[in-house]
Amino acid sequence: MDTTKKKRRIALGCEGSANKLGIGIIAHDPVTNEPTVLSNVRHTFVSPPGTGFLPKDTAQHHRAFFVRVAKQALANAGVRPSELDCICYTRGPGMGAPLTSVAVAARTLALLWGKELVGVNHCVGHIEMGRAITGAANPVVLYVSGGNTQVIAYAEQRYRIFGEALDIAVGNCLDRFARTLEISNDPAPGYNIEQLAKKGGRVLLDLPYAVKGMDCSFSGILTRADELAAVMKAGGRGPDGETFTQADLCFSLQETVFAMLVEITERAMAHVGSNQVLIVGGVGCNERLQEMMGAMAAERGGSVYATDERFCIDNGIMIAHAGLLAYETGFKTLLEESTCTQRFRTDEVFVKWRK
Amino acid sequence: MATHAPPVEFALPQVLTYPASTPPFLVAQGAEGRLYKTTHITSSRPCALKYRPSKSYRHPILDARLTKARIQAEAKVLDRCCREGVPVPAVYALDAGGGWLMMEWVDGVPVRQGINVWLGERPEDDAVPDAEVADETPLVDLMNRIGEAVGALHRTGVIHGDLTTSNMMLRPWAGGQSNGVSGEDGEKKKAVGGDVILIDFGLATQSVADEDRAVDLYVLERAFASTHPRAERLFTHVLEAYKQAYKKAPSVIHKLEDVRMRGRKKSMLG
Repeated sequence: MDTTKKKRRIALGCEGSANKLGIGIIAHDPVTNEPTVLSNVRHTFVSPPGTGFLPKDTAQHHRAFFVRVAKQALANAGVRPSELDCICYTRGPGMGAPLTSVAVAARTLALLWGKELVGVNHCVGHIEMGRAITGAANPVVLYVSGGNTQVIAYAEQRYRIFGEALDIAVGNCLDRFARTLEISNDPAPGYNIEQLAKKGGRVLLDLPYAVKGMDCSFSGILTRADELAAVMKAGGRGPDGETFTQADLCFSLQETVFAMLVEITERAMAHVGSNQVLIVGGVGCNERLQEMMGAMAAERGGSVYATDERFCIDNGIMIAHAGLLAYETGFKTLLEESTCTQRFRTDEVFVKWRK
Repeated sequence: MATHAPPVEFALPQVLTYPASTPPFLVAQGAEGRLYKTTHITSSRPCALKYRPSKSYRHPILDARLTKARIQAEAKVLDRCCREGVPVPAVYALDAGGGWLMMEWVDGVPVRQGINVWLGERPEDDAVPDAEVADETPLVDLMNRIGEAVGALHRTGVIHGDLTTSNMMLRPWAGGQSNGVSGEDGEKKKAVGGDVILIDFGLATQSVADEDRAVDLYVLERAFASTHPRAERLFTHVLEAYKQAYKKAPSVIHKLEDVRMRGRKKSMLG
């Protein structure tokens, strides 16, 4: 009788570590702990073709849209501020100025409504949301986005990093190549590369392949891809003596970098003896990556778990979910400690909510 | 590369399907390679066959290019080591396009196993009474042989890339040196006796940079500490012997200090 009367717990999450401003509201069932997504609103700062998003402009975008997005999230969820248990925000890692803007806004909400604050690690947010949506119990996690490339497995209350990019993130490599080709950043540069790559495939252009154990490197590949793009513009010829197109370049780049990601993931899976793999982060939306990962997992007698753009791409709901998990174990961030940081490693977080 | 029971029956590389070959035995299965035991030329010459099967997830051109390059690189490194007297298995045959490399079979057990047998009976605490120190000589000798082997490797300009006590074999000495010593003591001495042979050059590279050598030593140090915490203090003997075997060792050891400070922690941006 008592348990049925217990209120569901509700959290609002604010995310703004890169060019997406996301606010989401999640509810956890008091009995089963099942999460329910009440709302998930996102507004993306899109820079013109050939350019990237700069911290200053991105922060300005987040400040300008925060109130609108927050009101929309509350309206979509049909929740009044008084019903919330806590306000969760991204503490890091990310770009300094956008993080600060959203952290200040989250503090304001907490003070305004008299709620507790919970600072969340962005990477842990991705992992927890991916687990909740897909139902993967204890997978090896490949976290791939514009800022991060990590192969992660859970052990003894921490998400441990088995392998990572030694220089730029894979998403950064793709984003910057989209800039070289001056293709649109709307809805996302990586999405447009994916669509272009579907038209390629006649040739595979030779790009460096840089895997070192469970780590990998992407900056050399980008340099070579940029050089090939210059060759293409000058009307140069590919390995088969024919001219090649943007589509061939995008295809070759995707085939090479995704093969590297699948290889390091497989090595981590062999190392920890797991046959489940979960892909999270913006690059995780890419269907070619999901397909390749699926083929690898199938060979190992396992399966791949992936989500769609609502949860793969940065969003507020994942921050709300991970924050609420921590809040339920008694974790909270005091106002005077509610800072944010550009550097915040995934393995720094003590994962109290898992056994 | 951890080994696990294969989930499915694997297709054999073509070279092992010929009627003349000795029935292969799957020794180990890693993320990207399988190791079989079979024979080379005559049925009395055992060999190890490392096979890199093609990966269906990769583009066929990329797959062929990687497999070929990796088999060739491993064979080149082994060949170079053999010529320069580094203790590694000799290369018998290879087919880079076919994705396999046939090597000398190394008898014996991994160093990891030898050390664990030696440590097996010892009490947990690290405080060893003086009287027992002399008793440790065979293990210290083994540390010296490990240091010599790694020193010889680095002298030739090869970086192993995955130095652990699982990637070193203990090939028993002919006749056994523990002759005359009987009982449990003799068994334990025998466990850490033998020549150290370095194996699994799948991640090896050729480099003459101190930084790369230092990272190689750091990987070994970390692996040693996590696999044999009770013998960790003896690791200094490995470095001592390394210095003896390799004359440019001091600058590598100096670099090792930096690598230790840095760890492999990279602070994340974005």
